[in-house]
Amino acid sequence: MRIDAKGMYYRQLNQLVKEAVAQGEKEIVLDNINGQRYIGDGVRGDVRIVINGTPGNDMAAYMDGPELIVNANGQDAPANTMNDGKIVIHGSAGDTVGYAMRGGKVFVRNNVGYRVGIHMKEYQDKVPAIVVGGKAGDFFGEYMAGGILMLLGLDLPEGQEMVGNYCGTGMHGGVMYVRGEVPEYKLGKEVKVVEMTEVDDAKVKELVEEFCSYFGYDPAEVLAEKFYKLIPFNKRPYGNLYCTY
Amino acid sequence: MSLDLLTPEFLIERDRNRCIDCQVCVRQCANEAHSFDAEEEKVVSKDEKCVACQRCVVMCPTHALSIRRFPLEFRENALWTGRTIKDIYKQAATGGILSTGMGNDKPYPIYWDHMLLNASQVTNPSIDPLREPMELKTFIGRKPEKLEFKEGKLITKLPPRMELDVPILFSAMSFGSISLNAHKSLARASQQEGTFWNTGEGGLHKDLYQYGGNTIVQVASGRFGVDPEYLNAGAAIEIKIGQGAKPGIGGHLPGEKVNWEVSETRMIPEGTDAISPAPHHDIYSIEDLHQLIFSLKEATNYKKPVGVKIAAVHNVAAIASGIARAGADFITIDGFRGGTGSAPLRTRDSVGIPIELALAAVDTRLRDEGIRGLVSIISASSIRNSSDVVKAIALGADAVYIGTAALISLGCHMCQKCNTGKCNWGIATQDPNLTKRLNPEIGAERAANLIRAWKHEIKEMLGGMGINALESLRGNRLMLRGVWLSDRDLNILGIKAAGE
Repeated sequence: MRIDAKGMYYRQLNQLVKEAVAQGEKEIVLDNINGQRYIGDGVRGDVRIVINGTPGNDMAAYMDGPELIVNANGQDAPANTMNDGKIVIHGSAGDTVGYAMRGGKVFVRNNVGYRVGIHMKEYQDKVPAIVVGGKAGDFFGEYMAGGILMLLGLDLPEGQEMVGNYCGTGMHGGVMYVRGEVPEYKLGKEVKVVEMTEVDDAKVKELVEEFCSYFGYDPAEVLAEKFYKLIPFNKRPYGNLYCTY
Repeated sequence: MSLDLLTPEFLIERDRNRCIDCQVCVRQCANEAHSFDAEEEKVVSKDEKCVACQRCVVMCPTHALSIRRFPLEFRENALWTGRTIKDIYKQAATGGILSTGMGNDKPYPIYWDHMLLNASQVTNPSIDPLREPMELKTFIGRKPEKLEFKEGKLITKLPPRMELDVPILFSAMSFGSISLNAHKSLARASQQEGTFWNTGEGGLHKDLYQYGGNTIVQVASGRFGVDPEYLNAGAAIEIKIGQGAKPGIGGHLPGEKVNWEVSETRMIPEGTDAISPAPHHDIYSIEDLHQLIFSLKEATNYKKPVGVKIAAVHNVAAIASGIARAGADFITIDGFRGGTGSAPLRTRDSVGIPIELALAAVDTRLRDEGIRGLVSIISASSIRNSSDVVKAIALGADAVYIGTAALISLGCHMCQKCNTGKCNWGIATQDPNLTKRLNPEIGAERAANLIRAWKHEIKEMLGGMGINALESLRGNRLMLRGVWLSDRDLNILGIKAAGE
């Protein structure tokens, strides 16, 4: 089904989407989206929602299953506390993408803002992944507790750096794969660079191939560059911080 | 004196005439203060391990044990007390942040004890609640600006609210900081007494979904255990911004306490630290808070009230005004004496302001701005008894949260060692040998008894004032008079001095 969201208040729009999902709709196309917030929030099931236009903040918060295709930029905090599902953004996204995300995947073609992947988690079979095609702002993967963050640095203009400052500050779980070297001074003090293993190579290949399938890149070309693996020094960075009064 | 320069805090006195060396104390003490000396064939004690939780004292079948404060051995000094000296020894030995449990124990003024309630004499009759109806029914949530009726029936659509039979709820304490049996006790007691308990930031155990109708689910910066099922399981959602015991800082559940059940409920791997960042990183402003409130409302289809909990800090009134305008249905204000499962000592004892002043300031501010009806106020921290409840409501609270008092009803003896995970009363621990000491059936009954007892007392005090509905006391500060308070204090509290 198609919904023309021109001039529509977010509350009405989201209600229409939820009603359609409840009626078993499998594909919903939203046209003329222009900043409406909370699209897909708390929605469960296996529906595909195509968003034509720029959705507002907190898209797919607490979402559990659906697939969201954004044919424009995203704004702040898409995939906030997302439990499962997939988001493909054909553009850039703002700050705190995937805050406390527990499952599912997010693919962003271009760049992302600050604190992306903050406090991302994993639990049992849920291992969330965020793949960013361009560059990321400061505090990438802050407090990261699980999951996979991948940064590709594709098509960056000369002199543009892919990783911001304080990368992985407070990280205590999960893994980051960066396509290219990260200068030491940009790393949070809880993070170290380690050698890629075969398992890592396979995981990177799988995610890169999926990324390329959405955005038309050649996987072989993307994989030709060296990837670096970042993990936390310690799963308990603050374990020795306290003494009992 | 041990090598780390520390002397014991407490003395374990064992009356050898009474002790039968049965070793009950040995088995009861998770701190290993008692042990059996096989060679001597008698039970011996190590004073330095004792935390004065009184478990062995209560359990000793012959009453052979008593715990006393270790006599002060330092030279007297009003500035450098034994406590301050020992703190430095501990930090010098470890380089660690002093961490503690329970609320601020320092002798700051307790304003509850400086406010006295009114009663009717001659000019208006008092009411006997044993024979006349007395209404304590409380609704938590937004109040509509006006009510419209058609043919005698209410046609205004009411916003989602919580309906309480008594204006007392159990405060947020996470599964992880307290045991599942403690959660079960509070959940059952809530259902029994028509009130609510709060999950804290630690998810809702699957066995407790059945109490969803009496549950407030919390969403905090770590988002532990938060998924659509959880959000829809409760009767209301509370966003935790801050906590009275540790305003401005986050939480940190050490991996030792994350066993498989805690792990399953928080949805994080077993044995990993559960770190709640100090701020929500999607909230840097009132507008951002509005966004989180409405993302939660969207995710629950506007069927649940969404509240915001903050610590009482200097600008609490202005912050509360912002929260009301951001669309919250209730605001929880947690004073500087609020309890904690673990907090840095210095923060616990030195940050935040008293709840009584904060509550009065918030109620006054919201009234002045004409937005008091937009939100309900839940006052949290340092409610010790039913008269504290009545005073809080007269100052402007819609209801109060009790945490410490609830745990005391379950058997807590206030040793302030919640952070160690070795709670001998089975409350603030995940050790299966300790948690089984708290029977949730008995716990529920004791917590429910406490609520029922306070309910009777509240009715008595209301009746004494000639008031037959709690609603008539709400923000009715004429029912309070201050003693031993400065003009400034009286002014902020909005009450007259006794005799005026």
